[in-house]
Amino acid sequence: MDPIKELESTYRVAGRDFPNAGRISTAIMDTLKRLGVNSDVVRRVAIASYEAEMNIVMYALRGTMLLRINPESVTIEAEDEGPGIHDIDLAMQEGFSTATPEFQEMGFGAGMGLPNIQKNADVFEITSEVARGTRLVIRVNQVA
Amino acid sequence: MMPTLARQKTLTLAQVRDLLGAEVLCGEDLSVQIGEVGAADLMSDVLSLSKPGMLLLTGLPSTQMIRTVAVAGLCGVVLVRGKRPDGSVLALSRERKIPLLGTPLTMFEAAGLLYLAISGR
Repeated sequence: MDPIKELESTYRVAGRDFPNAGRISTAIMDTLKRLGVNSDVVRRVAIASYEAEMNIVMYALRGTMLLRINPESVTIEAEDEGPGIHDIDLAMQEGFSTATPEFQEMGFGAGMGLPNIQKNADVFEITSEVARGTRLVIRVNQVA
Repeated sequence: MMPTLARQKTLTLAQVRDLLGAEVLCGEDLSVQIGEVGAADLMSDVLSLSKPGMLLLTGLPSTQMIRTVAVAGLCGVVLVRGKRPDGSVLALSRERKIPLLGTPLTMFEAAGLLYLAISGR
């Protein structure tokens, strides 16, 4: 029998569900640790995943996060139904944010999430449609 | 977020507790060695600037703070200014096995004392 080449899991994220925000990303982190993934890769995926999860919780109605693990890389695809992003170049600038004071009181919404996702990813793609939603692809390589 | 401290000495969590007159709110093993400390209330800063194994000083006793510490791989938390976490925060720090200390000192005082102890000045 062939060894398993790829693992895939899908998680649902509920908008505004602050008590559970981050639960999916810590579960993803635990899965990667259990599989013996390199600790630097685990940390980069977990941080990028958490930033993406918080963005869905803060801004979108709902979303999904798909985790794909193969021997070469770990990929997160985060897709939401929400307001979308008017100007992606602007959203990618550190310090730009449309967060409300409510999010800032929780220690988020400083306009650093998307740039930090990009910093931790080897491959980062963002597409968005206003009034529809946003989709992120985040990939961290397991082999240099 | 404060710049991280130069790695000159390490302290155990037990030494941090004694130095800051802190109460242990969660955590049994206080033998972990700490060489770097960061102070922040902005979790975005912790997610972008922290290093694995760092100790976090913060005044934000929330579940998001504990999850931030978990994903960033930090070694523990000192809550400053006498902030008390609620039951959900304590339960999550136990579940994630993240040591949680509480000190009446301000962020400035706690960071200053740890800086002196670790930099050896």
